[in-house]
Amino acid sequence: MAKKNIRIRAKMKDDVAEVKALMSHPMETGLRTNKKTGKKIPAHFIKEVVCEHKGNKVMVASWGVAVSKNPYLSFKFKGAAKGDTIKVSWDDNKGESATAEATIG
Amino acid sequence: MKRRTFLKGTVASGMLGVAASAGLLAPRMVLAAWPEAAFNAKSIDDALSSLLGGSSTAESSDINIKAPDIAENGAVVPITISTGMAAESISILIEKNPSPLACTYALGGSTLGFVSTRVKMGKTSDLIAVVKSGGKLHSAKKTVKVTIGGCGG
Repeated sequence: MAKKNIRIRAKMKDDVAEVKALMSHPMETGLRTNKKTGKKIPAHFIKEVVCEHKGNKVMVASWGVAVSKNPYLSFKFKGAAKGDTIKVSWDDNKGESATAEATIG
Repeated sequence: MKRRTFLKGTVASGMLGVAASAGLLAPRMVLAAWPEAAFNAKSIDDALSSLLGGSSTAESSDINIKAPDIAENGAVVPITISTGMAAESISILIEKNPSPLACTYALGGSTLGFVSTRVKMGKTSDLIAVVKSGGKLHSAKKTVKVTIGGCGG
């Protein structure tokens, strides 16, 4: 996996903060076979994504292998204001993780 | 290395097994351990029972599933689930996938019943959204035709 990137765009629309996140991850299902070696490519996927705002977990996503590669996620929540910081982090099945913060615009 | 989390009845608390390895940035409370049994379940009923404690759902017209009628690429099917209900969680299941449960979202108190993501579909199948609200399970479904399957293999 090249870079563990999380790109976040967060914007206020009236009183709702709309968050869009794009993560770099192979999200390998474990069902594909390497055509050259004939061996199955092991599963490698994000299991959990957490979004925090002011110490509160606004959303916790539990993912299986069926989420697409380089996953996209969008959700909305209230109680935020322009200028607030939100944090998105993920953990995968190999123990790797990544985190990123963004300011709500 | 497999770690089995036994979920019957109770939710295993504490950090995910993978927390033992390096990589977790800061001590965090997770709401629940990753629901392994639900993700490995091969039927929708088993997945829902394992994940939400029950599999009977009431069809609801207040759950809107936005997904393509025909997905050109089964590996990337964009879907958006929205509901006006006060949702505690939203779960997405794909009936004909090897393991139907695709993902589930636990929503905070001020979080709207709205989730948008992209999933893999192996073949033409029903896409089922289950919303937990007021302690009850509500569901809606939509058939998505898939021309090229997205599960690989």
